Amino acid sequence: MAVITGTNWNAYDASTMTAREIYGRTLAALAEKDERIVGVTADLEKTTAIKFFADKFPERFYNVGIAEQNMMGIAAGLAKAGFIPFASTMAIFACMRAGEQVRTDIAYQNLPVKIIATHAGISFGHAGTTHHCTEDFAIMRAIPNMTVICPADGIETSKAVQACVDLPGPVYVRIGRGFEPPAYADDNYTYEIGKAITMHEGTDLTIITCGIGVLQAVNAAKTLAETDGLSVRVINMHTIKPIDREAIMSAVVDTRRILTVEEHNILGGLGDAVASVIAESGKGCVFKKHGMQDTFATIGYAEDLYSYYQFDANGIVDKVREMMGMEFEPDENWDDE
Amino acid sequence: MALQAEEKKRFEQIAKELRLTIIDVMAWSGGAHVGGSLSIVEILTLLYFKYLNIDPKNPKWEDRDRFILSKGHTAAGYIPVLAKRGYFDEELLKSFNHFGSPFAMHPDCNKVIGCDASAGSLGHGLSMAVGLGLGAKQLKKPWKTVCLMGDGECCEGSVWEAAMSAAHFKLDNVIGIVDRNRLMIDGCTEDVMALEPFADKWRAFGWNVIEVNGHDLDELDCALDAAWKAEGKPTLILANTVKGKGVDFMENNVVYHYASGDSALCEKAKASIMRG
Repeated sequence: MAVITGTNWNAYDASTMTAREIYGRTLAALAEKDERIVGVTADLEKTTAIKFFADKFPERFYNVGIAEQNMMGIAAGLAKAGFIPFASTMAIFACMRAGEQVRTDIAYQNLPVKIIATHAGISFGHAGTTHHCTEDFAIMRAIPNMTVICPADGIETSKAVQACVDLPGPVYVRIGRGFEPPAYADDNYTYEIGKAITMHEGTDLTIITCGIGVLQAVNAAKTLAETDGLSVRVINMHTIKPIDREAIMSAVVDTRRILTVEEHNILGGLGDAVASVIAESGKGCVFKKHGMQDTFATIGYAEDLYSYYQFDANGIVDKVREMMGMEFEPDENWDDE
Repeated sequence: MALQAEEKKRFEQIAKELRLTIIDVMAWSGGAHVGGSLSIVEILTLLYFKYLNIDPKNPKWEDRDRFILSKGHTAAGYIPVLAKRGYFDEELLKSFNHFGSPFAMHPDCNKVIGCDASAGSLGHGLSMAVGLGLGAKQLKKPWKTVCLMGDGECCEGSVWEAAMSAAHFKLDNVIGIVDRNRLMIDGCTEDVMALEPFADKWRAFGWNVIEVNGHDLDELDCALDAAWKAEGKPTLILANTVKGKGVDFMENNVVYHYASGDSALCEKAKASIMRG
């Protein structure tokens, strides 16, 4: 699997450009060296920022109009002709309107279509619930052959886009609107699909998160160290599937308290993926899933919604404090204690 | 341009043998979409034995013409053609639907040698054909993509998304064929959900439409020849067919959309085919 080290992007870029823009620009740069790359969208070339690729390679780009099912089918056909298609639309349309085409035309045939889905979660909060997407992890995880990725910021989006080119099968990369501050100070870290990244060391509790949760969890961990004297580990689980079991189990053994944070329904997403790993291990720990509590989000700008649904650092601090008051039953047979 | 007498005789013989095999597959598989398999026999015969530029010894040959059976439920009509064309041993057909078989009710391109697309969720095939057509243009390759759809399938909105885009992208390398047998599971297409004026719909979507009797080899040959030479727009061959064609008691009988057959029924069906 491709290991991505440097990118063309720095923290300044990531703080002045949306993750979408960095995606579009990264794709344009990759396409210069790789003729297999083609792009498709469904009337969202500006919105998804695949436009940066389209402007540079108009002959390798297809806008199919507002027809997401057709877009995914066409992407499958282009992959059959030997290309590596990048298909971009909003997450809600990628995973639901065109969900069956993704499952049957792309994943079942195991074609290397790279779906870069934007406006995921509640990042497009003021658009209303029709344009929110807090179900995509659950849908995409359940599709065989599909790799599911949720980058922490623009820099990581660039790394993910680079890494997925040579991954043989289909990939779903979920990004938001991307106006949030970057989680990484620079691009000087190694990124590999399926390998989680420890963002903050800790021994009392571990926050396993992805996407916008990463920066907020790191900030929460810093606050908790200062005010509560707590040592909180933060894991950036940028690949939801295949999930990094080793990172999860190390956290269970080392910290015995796991909090998952995701901009997604608590049903079927990152939290459930982590819970499955822990449950199947036979190890016990204090565990909590923090996310959308099986409800559609209310309307509002993303930053207000993040605060309301406690996806910001303050909210995560509160969740950690709740968990520190919870006890797990002592287990005499636990070797690691 | 009509077929040469000898050529036509050969295709008629192939079509007859394929119909007999379809009845066998219906028995071996425990049940098949026999009506819609019998209605596409002449179309598949001409495609696989005259028009498609393919090489069974090199099934993944990059420059081959592609074929998508978008009405994938009639794999019982399609898979035997691949066997007859030499992609694999016809004996293998006996495994149809059974545990571990490469052949199911709907074709899987990762399991069936010579099959270009896993299809059968109706309304998906034409979009893939458009993607292949765009890919061939991008590669500046002359190969064609043929997509065979059912008429009932055209109730799916995604067919029309794909139709619109094929014309928009001027894909003269994409050929659509509709098996217009006028029956779907719940009855006549015009009763369940009217498709007419069907040819006009395709024309309105920017396609060059050729309407033929889908069992008349000469008419089909002319249509395919024209479609292969088309320039500037995609071609749709509207093939008027008879569901269950060749088996008298199955013809135009919606009961045989899907059927299983005991040996008596199969013998009766084969006798009807042999009578021609």
